[in-house]
Amino acid sequence: MTESTYRIQGATGEWEVVIGLEVHAQVTSNSKLFSGAATEFGAEPNAQVSLVDAAMPGMLPVPNRECIRQAVRTGMAIDAQINKWSRFDRKNYFYADLPQGYQISQLYHPLVGEGSLTIDADEKAGLPEAKVIGIERIHVEQDAGKLMHDQHPTMSYVDLNRSGVALMEIVSRPDMRSPAEAGAYVAKLRQILRYVGSCDGNMDQGSMRCDVNVSVRKPGDEFGTRTETKNVNSVRFVMATIEHEAARQVDVLESGGKIVQETRLFDPGTGTTRSMRSKEDAHDYRYFPDPDLLPLVLDDAFLEDCRNSLPELPDAKRARYEGDLGLSTYNASVLTADVETARWFERLLGETATAQGKQPADVAKQAANWLISELFGALNKLGKSLEESPVSPASGAELLALVGKGTISGSIAKQVLEKMLETGDGANAIVEREGLKQESDTGAIEAKVEEILAANADKVEQYRGGKQALFGFFVGQTMKAMQGKGNPQVVNEILKTKLG
Amino acid sequence: MTDLNSSGLTDLGVAAIRSGVASGDFTAVEVAEAFNANVAAAQDALNAFIVATPDRAIEAAQAVDAKRAKGEALGKMAGVPIGMKDLFATVGVQTTAASHILEGFTPQYESTVSAKLWDAGAGMLGKLNLDQFAMGSSNETSYFGNVVSPWRRNDGGNAPLAPGGSSGGSSAAIAARLCPAATGTDTGGSIRQPAAFTGITGIKPTYGRCSRWGVVAFASSLDQAGPMARDVTDCAIMLEAMAGFDPKDSTSLNLPVPEWEKGLNADLSGKGVGIPREYRMDGMDADVAKSWDDGIAWLKDAGATIVDVSLPHTKYALPAYYIIAPAEASSNLARYDGVRYGLRDLPDGSNLQDMYAATRAAGFGAEVRRRILIGTYVLSAGFYDAYYTQAQKVRTLIARDFAQAFEQCDVILAPTAPSAAFALGENTEDPLKMYLNDVFAVPASLAGLPAMSVPAGLNREGLPLGLQIIGKAFDEQGVLNAGLAIEQRANFTARPGKWW
Repeated sequence: MTESTYRIQGATGEWEVVIGLEVHAQVTSNSKLFSGAATEFGAEPNAQVSLVDAAMPGMLPVPNRECIRQAVRTGMAIDAQINKWSRFDRKNYFYADLPQGYQISQLYHPLVGEGSLTIDADEKAGLPEAKVIGIERIHVEQDAGKLMHDQHPTMSYVDLNRSGVALMEIVSRPDMRSPAEAGAYVAKLRQILRYVGSCDGNMDQGSMRCDVNVSVRKPGDEFGTRTETKNVNSVRFVMATIEHEAARQVDVLESGGKIVQETRLFDPGTGTTRSMRSKEDAHDYRYFPDPDLLPLVLDDAFLEDCRNSLPELPDAKRARYEGDLGLSTYNASVLTADVETARWFERLLGETATAQGKQPADVAKQAANWLISELFGALNKLGKSLEESPVSPASGAELLALVGKGTISGSIAKQVLEKMLETGDGANAIVEREGLKQESDTGAIEAKVEEILAANADKVEQYRGGKQALFGFFVGQTMKAMQGKGNPQVVNEILKTKLG
Repeated sequence: MTDLNSSGLTDLGVAAIRSGVASGDFTAVEVAEAFNANVAAAQDALNAFIVATPDRAIEAAQAVDAKRAKGEALGKMAGVPIGMKDLFATVGVQTTAASHILEGFTPQYESTVSAKLWDAGAGMLGKLNLDQFAMGSSNETSYFGNVVSPWRRNDGGNAPLAPGGSSGGSSAAIAARLCPAATGTDTGGSIRQPAAFTGITGIKPTYGRCSRWGVVAFASSLDQAGPMARDVTDCAIMLEAMAGFDPKDSTSLNLPVPEWEKGLNADLSGKGVGIPREYRMDGMDADVAKSWDDGIAWLKDAGATIVDVSLPHTKYALPAYYIIAPAEASSNLARYDGVRYGLRDLPDGSNLQDMYAATRAAGFGAEVRRRILIGTYVLSAGFYDAYYTQAQKVRTLIARDFAQAFEQCDVILAPTAPSAAFALGENTEDPLKMYLNDVFAVPASLAGLPAMSVPAGLNREGLPLGLQIIGKAFDEQGVLNAGLAIEQRANFTARPGKWW
């Protein structure tokens, strides 16, 4: 692990940035952390509020097994220590979106302890080498409700749909040294969460938000005083927050000022941060163990079940794509970037192998290349995501089988794909209907080749005189004459023989 | 029994009413009418109820009579009208915790304990007065005015006396024959001390026996509901109807409910009764000391062996209790903020903070405010370890004291309170003196142990004194049996002369 060389050039020399992230990830679960109320996004205000969520007198929290399970699985996915004994604490403060007057969280004994994840090298993004980022802990806690300030001229309304929804707070070590590392960390974490299925990672819907801790120091010095910028909700904004905040801190320090430990807000409009409250105004949260809840004790059977339910994780999957399937590093990383893409690819791979009667490893490159260079491009033009693709993995495999068996050429396959996307018809039907079957009959091709060579005697002369590059021209002319249906391999062979 | 007039009916306890209704000696409606009349007649003088619900009592009685007419099986409490401490949420009936902040609050839900009682065939005479949020030992902190004990000293002075607290409405109503039984809750003596003050019986079961769901919380780790009635058998019957595992309360005990009534047995042969030496304090009231000696003699007579035991950390119990209970209360009561239900005081031009301050200042009484302030203080940064953490350690030591004592004995006998009932107003200026009332009650609360108070006799002023039996965790049967042995020998037949 080498230190990043990202530096801010100040008037007094170079500054290093130190970054730690607290990511709040909403747990994927049908019901809330301590009540049976539903958690669907976008419901009518206050349609998903139980008596517990509204903190009616005498109501009591009961932990939701599924939320705990998801947090444990997430911990396992980052190789973290799972604490078989953990406890819930109350964080006390008054706010209108917090019905109980306290948030049930875990300060002293979190569910998940020390873990880590690896951000991958990405030269283009300014990441020369892979780097391990430490994760200090993951604890589970309740989300608050939402205030609506635009509903009434003098009053604010309270929507408690989100009140009590389970969050994982994933706290990193201050191990990141550049905006690029922080961005890669958030992206990698999001990728893992989506693989595990413990959080949908929808940052625009707020189901994943970051608190960004930033400080600066002269390389080699002790950590500087940090600021915390709250609720940053995209990878891009996380990076912008760090860039702005680090530059601001350098300015303050170089003009003789001091960094105040404070909470700040990021303004996506201006790309800047501003002070929200300083440490002096910080709440005294009066944390203490929630007396309504017993300590959370996990048994081995539960942990075993969590471990067994973990899917293949992105790093392992990518290694397998490269190693067992023989895909390029680039293709493997594109296909594993998102769990949905990997899932789609694996269905395509299975169908393709079956359709061609081959082993997956023998058709993996074909499937990967087609998905990445053909289907992605076509979908992009249509403005559709892979999940919305009109072409299913099975019909993709049907198309690839036609190419694999030499029934159509690669370039015809492109046309067929376009027709498939247009009409929703299958590849076989389209090829039949449009008469796109490839011509492999040697006699027919020879006849065309002779016509072409005869019509271009001057070029034949030049070719034989050493201008080898003209070979492509003859191929093109022949294919054109055959409306693209000539088997390219056969065309090549015949041309080579004839041109001698 | 067929010639019982209505005043005769109100002299009956739970077992007698149940069997009389079952055998057709009288109808449940007759019983309900008789008690309804007593409730109405005593309200001005005793103020035991915050709300009377005569119609509910009649409806429940009609249902029982109809069931009996059809020959259907009757529940454990069939035909018994009871008083419900106004800390239990009751559907459609105002539930206030005797506070202004919840005045007019009508729940849409029924507490688990009250629902179980209605299911068992009990009917509701009304919601009983109490110390505000169950904080008090005299019933003087109620927003709805104090309850007056039906008892008077034999000095002819007619000074109005405290019925004890916080379940003072319950104790006064039972002693005055306004109901044969009532629910109580006990956080640090709130069932036992009022039972002792009014010559009735009450048991706080093991923490977790009765669900806290739907009971307005005071201090979650201590609050426990229990029955109050005129004798041990009635308490056993009613406790069976109230207790049971509730998945909606995480601290609920997942154990079957024993058949305590069937198991009643006053023969204590082979049982050991511990006498804690630390409870015999300097300057102990002579009458209290004598009643304790009487109790020892009675239990010896019942076959028990008397054992001297030590509970060395007793003197730290009260200070620890007055840290832990207010700490939890300060957080539990944060939900009364004027946002969603209950009182809202929104002065002109005020913001959210102003609303909180105004609402809570107006809505909470002085004692509640005092305990919120104490609780907030002991949980605040810099004081938490010195107070809360230390108090929790004391709590552990007290539980260990009991565990060690119970290696030598089966139950522990002690006075319930250091004195008989005091006059209203006598202790209101000195909260510490008031808190001392719970000195014998609090240790069992901190240890979560079952404990009951049974009447032992009258002091020289003609006022009842109670004896307390503390048992091992889950051993309510041992406590009830020792209580029964005392009851049979104390032969406590005194009752307050009717002056109201």
